[in-house]
Amino acid sequence: MSDKRLFELRQLTIRFGAHTAVNSLDLHVDRGETVAMVGESGSGKSVSALGALGLLPAGTEIQGERRFDGRDLDTLSARQWNALRGGEIGFIFQEPMTSLNPLHSVGKQLGETLRLHQGLRGEAAKRRIRELLAQVKLPRVDELMSSWPHQLSGGQRQRVMIAMAIANDPQLLIADEPTTALDVTVQRDILALLGDLRDRYAMGLLLISHDLNLVRRHADRVVVMRHGEHVESGPTPTVFDSPQATYTRQLIDAVPDGRPVPLQDDAKPLLKANQLSVTFPRPKPFLRPRPPAFVAVEPLSLQLRQGETLGVVGESGSGKTTLASALIRLLPASGEIHFADQRLDLLSGDALRRQRRGFQIVFQDPYGSLSPRMPVADIISEGLRFHHPELEEAAVAERIAEALRDVDLPPDCGRRYPHEFSGGQRQRIAIARALILKPRLLVLDEPTSALDRTVQKQLIELLRNVQTRHGLSYLFISHDLAVVRAMAHRMLVLKDGKVVEQGECEALLEAPRSPYTQALIEASALS
Amino acid sequence: MTSSHRRRLSPITQRRLEVFRANRRAVWSLWIFGLLFIVSLGAELVANDKPIVMQYDGHWYVPLLVDYPETEFDGFLPTTTDYRDPVVFEQIASNGWMLWPPVPFSYQTLDRDVRGPVPSPPGSRHWLGTDDQGRDVFARVLYGFRLSVAFALALTIGSIFLGVVIGGVQGYFGGKIDLIGQRLIEIWSGLPVLFLLIILASLVEPNIWWLLGIMLLFSWLGLVDIVRAEFLRARNLEYVRAARAMGLPSRLIMRRHVLPNAMVATLTFIPFLFTGAITTLTALDFLGFGLPPGSPSLGELVAQGKNNLQAPWLGVTAFLTLSVMLSLLVFIGEGLRDAFDPRHIPTSTQIKRAGSPTGRPSDSPRQESLP
Repeated sequence: MSDKRLFELRQLTIRFGAHTAVNSLDLHVDRGETVAMVGESGSGKSVSALGALGLLPAGTEIQGERRFDGRDLDTLSARQWNALRGGEIGFIFQEPMTSLNPLHSVGKQLGETLRLHQGLRGEAAKRRIRELLAQVKLPRVDELMSSWPHQLSGGQRQRVMIAMAIANDPQLLIADEPTTALDVTVQRDILALLGDLRDRYAMGLLLISHDLNLVRRHADRVVVMRHGEHVESGPTPTVFDSPQATYTRQLIDAVPDGRPVPLQDDAKPLLKANQLSVTFPRPKPFLRPRPPAFVAVEPLSLQLRQGETLGVVGESGSGKTTLASALIRLLPASGEIHFADQRLDLLSGDALRRQRRGFQIVFQDPYGSLSPRMPVADIISEGLRFHHPELEEAAVAERIAEALRDVDLPPDCGRRYPHEFSGGQRQRIAIARALILKPRLLVLDEPTSALDRTVQKQLIELLRNVQTRHGLSYLFISHDLAVVRAMAHRMLVLKDGKVVEQGECEALLEAPRSPYTQALIEASALS
Repeated sequence: MTSSHRRRLSPITQRRLEVFRANRRAVWSLWIFGLLFIVSLGAELVANDKPIVMQYDGHWYVPLLVDYPETEFDGFLPTTTDYRDPVVFEQIASNGWMLWPPVPFSYQTLDRDVRGPVPSPPGSRHWLGTDDQGRDVFARVLYGFRLSVAFALALTIGSIFLGVVIGGVQGYFGGKIDLIGQRLIEIWSGLPVLFLLIILASLVEPNIWWLLGIMLLFSWLGLVDIVRAEFLRARNLEYVRAARAMGLPSRLIMRRHVLPNAMVATLTFIPFLFTGAITTLTALDFLGFGLPPGSPSLGELVAQGKNNLQAPWLGVTAFLTLSVMLSLLVFIGEGLRDAFDPRHIPTSTQIKRAGSPTGRPSDSPRQESLP
């Protein structure tokens, strides 16, 4: 029994100054087992893994017992630590874009780990690198060895990261949100690969994730955390089928549910696009003809009725955001755009600016979309003051209060600054800023992607309420089919700038015609 | 009172102020420099060859502000009174009184009563001695300091205005405007400033406005790159795009959302513009292409120190004045730069953290490297 146990934390407590990030956590990983740590952002998942491996900055207080393979980690010297990390314990980070050094080729970075830990050089190292790249199922291995990180896609980069993590035959692999930055279809492949490798090398796998869907399918045991406290743990089926703690139940239930409010049959069309396309010219090389322009969105037509939600779905790079930006004239495009009986594509300058209050946009990143220098009331009222300079101070204040009420925020938060709010609250502020102009169309560019599941669910409900209250039309961009199903009446699937499929949301999800849509639906595991 | 004051400052500004205040060297430098500048602004009250106020025959006079002819004090000449003339001095002293500034010399007063050859060494009559024309060095330093700082201030403000406007337009609109603007700036920055000034010196009598104008033509160039880069970055920030989607016009977006970003880089650049302006003015004066002869200039004092090695007080005074002034400015600049650096952790906090009971060195060999 004891040699099965690979990694064990007992009463692990981590403090940053007065703040306790993790409070007496018990955790163990056996050989050949996948243990998942789940929780929302700030629950202390990553911190406990980093703390257990001594990867936290100086000044952090760590208490409790840490054992790996029968050894007490607190007794190790600095040299032994280095041999352990990257040797017996492999680590995969969340962000594949930044965890590879952009200045070294893939082969060189892999070679470095091999040289440091195993002393492999020259031909021997090359052979091993080839082997590793083949193991993580990367194509054209020889070509890949000399390519640079920027030439690889996100999924390929994550595979290289995995190759680096398993390069020294680790006994334990820690994967910190390994697929969060990736598309759903790629996500599935990466996790399947990790499971494969675990079985082949009888490794222990510690999976850190906020995505319960993913955990349910891939983990043997689950540890649920909240605010640095251990909430519940046990075998995956037990935890999911009969959760003991209310918080766990909340997490499991936090799946976007409900359906959009049915549309009235006589709803008038609000937005119409005819043969809309977006191209970006490529720079002209010296003395050679200009290469053909890059087509971000191929000519497409769409229609959106008053009070309707059109979901735009696709993987990253499929042109979803470009399409939305073009529709509201933030990007130059060709083709006709009709908005409420007006040709939007023919307007420019002041006339276009005047029209802008009719259609507003909410961006994905709630941290970047609010100016950090302005108090919330100023952020919300900025557009109103410009479009309605005749309004008096009291009237503006009344409208601000109304907008804040619309998004369920307390009226007194106007004086505070954005950094005092959580991600979900910030997104509400961004929605209030759009609503105060009383628009008829709201473009929502992945409004829920950066948020935790429970917050996401609340926001979706809020958006549906606002829609019925004001009769708004939504253009809802998302990669998450579960969210789209809960929000959209109709759906449009984009791939590489082309419309793959378009139609009623429910019908399309029930019976997708194109294989691409099928793959998307399968990967996102709709319940 | 404090609460309304706090509400006006955004939390970022508050944090910056805190970091700046924590840097004691910068705070002290700012105080000393401010005090020196305020004193030099009232240079006429400190060093002047005219009394501040006086009474003659029961009447009040303010020679500091009004020019009185000598006939007013029963003299012969209808010209402005020379209060240092022994005859006039006697006359006024016997019929009233005068209140002199602590240093009874202005920057261009020739002291004819100096004992021994000029330049004369420091003493009770001339605190820092006289230069080779018998003018009081202290008075010249005081007026020269004021002129240098005022010149640098005007040049800095002018450069910031030009640099921010031009860099901002280039960065915000990008594309062709940016491309053409950058090429023009490259050509413009190729012009030799020093030669232009030398040529100018032979054509017109250069005064401070000429110098300011010519230098202003070139000093904004350094700022353009920074401001342009900040605008290029900021125009794609999501809250700027949100403002555009709201229908705000470009000038409003630039002023309200983009400019504050660019001002951070600009503010950290100011001390270096400032010291640069002072050094350039001094260098030009030293070479003799600067301010007209007779002006109180630190560069001229340096030149005198070079020409009169037998009178070391000239060179030493010039050196000390310039080095103290520039050091103070560099210290202030350092403090500003740290205050605006988002990655900077104030030194005092660091010490506090290390000394606090919870701060325990981690067993981890990998530590966060501090700038």
